[in-house]
Amino acid sequence: MWSYKLSRSVLKGTRNNGIMKLVWCSTQPAPATSATRIAHSTIDTSDVELFSKQMKDWWNPDGPMALLHTFNLLRVPFVRDGLVNTSQKDLQPLKDKKILDVGCGGGILSEGLARLGADVTGIDASKDLIALAHEHRNVDPKIANNKPIYINCTVEDHAKTVANHYDAVVASEVIEHVNNQELFVKSCIHALKPGGRIFITTPNRTRMSQLFVIFLSENVFNFIPKGAHQYEKFITPNELTFILERNDCHVELSYGILYNPVARTWDFSQYQHLQYAIQAVKLS
Amino acid sequence: MLVNNMKFLLNRQFRCCIQTTSVRLLSTAVGGYSPQFKDNFKGNYDVIIAGGGMVGCSLACAMAKNSLLSNLRVLLLEASPESYYQPKPEYSNRVVALNQNTKSLMTSLNVWKHVENVRLQPVRYMQVWDASSDVMISFSSADMMDDDVAYIVENDLMLHAINTELLAVNSNINIVYNAKIQSYQLPKEAYPSTQSIVKMDNGDTYTCQLLIGADGANSAVRKAMGVQYLSWSYDQMGVVATLDLAEECTNTTAWQRWLPTGPIALLPLDSKRSSLVWCTWQDNAKQLLKLPEDQFVDALNDALWKQYPRSSSVETCTSWLSAGLKQAGMADGAARQLPPSVRGVAPASRAAFPLAFGHSTRYIAPGVALIGDAAHRVHPLAGQGVNLGFGDVKDLTELLAEAVYSGLDVAHPNWMQKYESVRQRHNVPTQVMIEVLHRLYTVDFLPVVLARSLGLQIANALQPIKKLIMAQAAT
Repeated sequence: MWSYKLSRSVLKGTRNNGIMKLVWCSTQPAPATSATRIAHSTIDTSDVELFSKQMKDWWNPDGPMALLHTFNLLRVPFVRDGLVNTSQKDLQPLKDKKILDVGCGGGILSEGLARLGADVTGIDASKDLIALAHEHRNVDPKIANNKPIYINCTVEDHAKTVANHYDAVVASEVIEHVNNQELFVKSCIHALKPGGRIFITTPNRTRMSQLFVIFLSENVFNFIPKGAHQYEKFITPNELTFILERNDCHVELSYGILYNPVARTWDFSQYQHLQYAIQAVKLS
Repeated sequence: MLVNNMKFLLNRQFRCCIQTTSVRLLSTAVGGYSPQFKDNFKGNYDVIIAGGGMVGCSLACAMAKNSLLSNLRVLLLEASPESYYQPKPEYSNRVVALNQNTKSLMTSLNVWKHVENVRLQPVRYMQVWDASSDVMISFSSADMMDDDVAYIVENDLMLHAINTELLAVNSNINIVYNAKIQSYQLPKEAYPSTQSIVKMDNGDTYTCQLLIGADGANSAVRKAMGVQYLSWSYDQMGVVATLDLAEECTNTTAWQRWLPTGPIALLPLDSKRSSLVWCTWQDNAKQLLKLPEDQFVDALNDALWKQYPRSSSVETCTSWLSAGLKQAGMADGAARQLPPSVRGVAPASRAAFPLAFGHSTRYIAPGVALIGDAAHRVHPLAGQGVNLGFGDVKDLTELLAEAVYSGLDVAHPNWMQKYESVRQRHNVPTQVMIEVLHRLYTVDFLPVVLARSLGLQIANALQPIKKLIMAQAAT
């Protein structure tokens, strides 16, 4: 979600560079002066160019999305080990697993999971990001036979169309942005098969997370855009566990997550006061 | 006397002056090879291993055997022609001492049985003693749960064993012999592509995502990377030969005596023969090579047996300490074995090779990694050189497999950084320890002799210290 806001700032950067005169925003109409806009074609070359510029930033592991890229190194194995547990390792451990990535954004996590063989469906409320994700799924040859499907909708709406369908639902850094957290979790679980697993990562609601995740990251170091998080919306592991267990899930694991800004790595730890990950299984 | 010694010490330090070389990248590849190569373009690989020595071949073998890596398209480039190994009754003069870690790696790769089928000699006891005083340290298999201390294997047999297994696996590994590499073009950054271009002398061109430099101490890959390389020559040479012992014995002991000129080591080959590694100053080494056989044998027996002039103060101190240790019920180092005497040297087995130290400050660059001697080079006094290289192979394979299992690219910076830090954390302390030993034992300065003698006695008496040394040397 904050990645969405960040993508906006990336876009602004693109515009200010003067490469693009076009306003890339679904809510604002494009200026009619743009020659490409008048052309009678379904393909807008400016859009395509803008896309590729934005995609470059989005998918550059050292670019503005670096935090999400490095976070993949932790959460992809987290989801993988939660779903498969065999000593016989093979190249596509998640083959034939249907995974729903809620709040997929530009598809960084979706593609990471698809590379392990999973059938990924990514949903996001942002039309722009879904379009971006949809564009990039053609880039990586390793997922050429296994491209994620992206849908622009909310999880409540998606849950209306599918029930008991997915082997796993992943909501990474999403739940702290939604208004009705109980409904959100309920919808996720509704889409999940019995025996399927739900994986959630989110900041904790503590003074430490207020200091580090909001104050320092947003206001001091500008790791993430200002105003991305509201402290009141954060949820503690206990609250989240209650919601999950109330909705017929059993919480199997919960880890603390720490980020090391010097080594630029994410690690699991005992310390859950900043950020945490929860894995739960749907019972019936 | 003291002044002379000081001068000598200083001279040595200057002679071993540190030279750091830093070669800048000459050219860089940006996305894809240029069309002019297209005529001779021979293929794109996931991994190219430059150098088919023991370390390079075992990496190819380890990749072929790992179920997660066996799908990778791997190309092994070897500069020498394909060789056919024939077991001969006489031993090769180049041998390696392999530690337990290397044995377990080779056993897991199924290579060890090929070595065992031909010949190897286990070392069950090792004795190291100082010519300038009376002290010694010993390592025996009883100290390490009855595992052998090391195994002595000929270089060409080891390479043959690895190659046999490599060719036996039906895999996607291609090998090009007689590969003369002209230049490397390495990627500047890890994003968007880590493609390297390898150009051969005959115009052939290969591209790869991950380039592994296993091309030895003078690594061309390392030079193309433009990393800092810390190196100095020891001004020493290692004289090697195959020796006939005077008496037949079980011969599972490795002997090493520290002469003021450098260590001389006898490594067991079979009940009658041992392999010699005699490290000494370059001019002395050249003389030793020229000597007639009988005189060489005399010089050798001298080096093993001759009483060197000793300082009485060192003698007094060490005998005090050994009396103290004895009273405390600890090993006083008085019980020692006597080294064998040498009867003859196998014809045409004498040779010498230069000794040097080398340390590459980085083992990795975008899309490139160094293993073995390309990354680190040590004095042979501890028999660690190739074991460090095999340790690189083991860790690199494991980390790469883990990365591939997580869906990462073969040249993803994350696993490569882990590889670098894991290996440097092991290799650098080992290199420093070897360097310190070398410096300690190539001086005749009285306080240093005294300190090293007492230190060795204490290390020999204290089991925990001994275990630490062996643990570092065995992994």
